Amino acid sequence: MSITINKDLCIGCGRCSEICPGTLIELTEQHKAIMIYPRDCWGCASCLKECPTGAVSFFLGPDMGGRGAVMHAKKTGSITQWIITKADGIPVVLETDSRAANKY
Amino acid sequence: MENLEIKYLSTDILIAGGGTAGCYAALKLAEKATKHIMIVEKANIKRSGCLAAGVNALNAYITKGRTPDFYVDYAERDAEGIARGDLLLTMSERLNECAADLEKLGLVILKNADGSYAERGTRNIKINGENIKPILAVAVYERPNIKVYNHVNIIDFIVVGNRIYGAAAVDVHKPILYIIKASAVLCATGGAAGLYRPNNPGFSRHKMWYPPFNTGAGMAAGMRNGAEMTTLEMRFIALRCKDTIAPTGTIAQGVGAKQINSYGEVYETKYGISTPNRLYGTVVENAAGKGPCFLKTVGISDEQELDLKKAYLNMAPSQTLKWIEQGSPQERNVEIEGTEPYIVGGHAAAGFWISTDRHTTIRGLFAAGDTAGGCPQKYVTGAMAEADIAAMGIMEYLSSAADNKTEIDYHKYGEQYKQQEEHFLNVADKEFCVQDLEEAMQKIMDDYAGGIKTGYKYNEAGLSIAGKEIDKLCLLTDELPARSMHELTFIHELKDRLYICRFLIEHLKARKETRWHSFAENADYPDKDDVFKEYINSRIEDGEIKIIHRPIVKRGVRYEHNYQ
Ligand SMILES: Cc1cc2nc3c(=O)[nH]c(=O)nc-3n(C[C@H](O)[C@H](O)[C@H](O)COP(=O)(O)OP(=O)(O)OC[C@H]3O[C@@H](n4cnc5c(N)ncnc54)[C@H](O)[C@@H]3O)c2cc1C
Ligand code: SF4
Ligand code: SF4
Repeated sequence: MSITINKDLCIGCGRCSEICPGTLIELTEQHKAIMIYPRDCWGCASCLKECPTGAVSFFLGPDMGGRGAVMHAKKTGSITQWIITKADGIPVVLETDSRAANKY
Repeated sequence: MENLEIKYLSTDILIAGGGTAGCYAALKLAEKATKHIMIVEKANIKRSGCLAAGVNALNAYITKGRTPDFYVDYAERDAEGIARGDLLLTMSERLNECAADLEKLGLVILKNADGSYAERGTRNIKINGENIKPILAVAVYERPNIKVYNHVNIIDFIVVGNRIYGAAAVDVHKPILYIIKASAVLCATGGAAGLYRPNNPGFSRHKMWYPPFNTGAGMAAGMRNGAEMTTLEMRFIALRCKDTIAPTGTIAQGVGAKQINSYGEVYETKYGISTPNRLYGTVVENAAGKGPCFLKTVGISDEQELDLKKAYLNMAPSQTLKWIEQGSPQERNVEIEGTEPYIVGGHAAAGFWISTDRHTTIRGLFAAGDTAGGCPQKYVTGAMAEADIAAMGIMEYLSSAADNKTEIDYHKYGEQYKQQEEHFLNVADKEFCVQDLEEAMQKIMDDYAGGIKTGYKYNEAGLSIAGKEIDKLCLLTDELPARSMHELTFIHELKDRLYICRFLIEHLKARKETRWHSFAENADYPDKDDVFKEYINSRIEDGEIKIIHRPIVKRGVRYEHNYQ
């Protein structure tokens, strides 16, 4: 369970490093975010939802069954699009709306 | 030589930890008074603590036609009588007000056609809890008399003559030591995770149920300064989806999935439905060779599956990712397992021993939420209710007790903590680091103090070994090097966890019965014994942990401490 950050997409806004409840992400002097403690991630997805450019990828560690799929999040207003790309390259997209309550 | 700058801060009311209870207490205090309120938070209040990922429902609510006493009855029964009636009742009376407050702040709550809240079972209401923490944080920032310090880690309380004078803290990034002067302090730093070896001890070691960043700092600071603690032996162990440690209740209640063993037998009815027994059943089935155990989801409809995937994205997104990556709940039953034990006053009853108005045994130090003991089944709304009660207690304390205070020399404390902290920043490298000692602690607790390995069972012989080994680790922590301010935080987290382990071991020893399966499964005494229908409390006295036995406090009573 952890995240990786795509350097090319990162614009160095610092939002992920500000928000992480474990303060696990740092900004380098080159204004790029890096995950310094990959083994310490709780998997809360706060950084994922905060990132404006989709630079943060969320994945399951191999020890919890992760086999190469990654998840990105894109927020527009109250809608969050969750884009999951499996190892075979096929994306699955799910949407949640913060105005809609859970049915369960 | 790494030097720390000392910054002296001053406030009327200090709130240690800006989680659920901390943020709500600040809001309530800001409404009531013109006092200066300061929140000191180790992360960022927008997404810190239990609520970071979002929550599923409001688990504590007085549903239509029921009364606060109904909730107290339930919580007392679930705790087999070891809960405080006074605390439970005063909390239950405020639950619905807290839910209504959350709605006013912007939380989406599901409604019936007639405008009433949609209920789930007899005690829950349905919400969209994904943004519950940002909602609270926004409200806090709107109050001009609340000052928030993010990324500042409280390391100790300043206590003189059993009265609080403030706290010491270190910045998580910059080389700054804060000495904070305060007339009253609310401890709201949450419970303690990471004491025992977790379900995924390798790469995903922090994929645990309780936030791995809640390390019991406030409880440990209170303990070191002589606060009385209660019921630490009632550990909380969650029954969760395997690997992702995501909640099971949403599946069980949402689509009516039953707990089954690998032979397809529904076993949950065999063991009773109290919180510990639901877990215990799974432990016993596994031990009997009937595992793995599952929630039976095969055959649910497409619509149910989609709703489940969305509900988990709003609180435990790794579960949805797992379903998409490894097979959907329609095709595969969801495997379940018990987590490692946690110390959490919001689910079980472990924490500070408090008066009815949430005052700890240290004058001027109050506690609410997961740090506060005696009041299980609090959850989000209960943590808020306690925060509100503590806020009232603080106002009363400030109006009555200010004149009793002596002046203390804060600079003396500044120099003392500066020396202590700079030691870690300058000591030479060792053969082992913080993570190595953390793993050693978790292994000792797992092996000898009732972790996952032994099916949560322990006995006196094992506990004695655990106590001795934890003592040895405590000594080693004084020599740990910190190569950054963040590593300094890690050292404090480890020290706090070890301190709590030490108390926990004595509590487990002292309850010579098995009142709750799994939560406190004493193999020397496998049955319940009503001699122990009492609270097991503890306090540090001359460097030794002293166990105190206290009689049950019933609802309707106003319990106050007898300060010497
Ligand atoms: C994963 C999860 C899911 C849950 N789901 C639900 C649910 O669906 N419904 C429900 O009703 N309840 C739920 N609960 C329970 C509920 O969220 C908690 O009981 C409640 O939020 C506890 O509030 P708290 O303020 O005591 O702790 P927290 O909200 O965790 O606050 C503690 C705060 O203290 C900070 N802190 C810790 N140490 C320090 C330090 N040394 N210095 C400064 N700050 C520090 C932390 O960063 C954190 O912000 C859930 C809990 C968890 C863990
Ligand atoms: S998922 Fe949560 S814990 Fe992990 S890096 Fe992102 S914000 Fe931090
Ligand atoms: S939030 Fe995204 S863009 Fe901003 S620093 Fe982090 S990774 Fe880079």
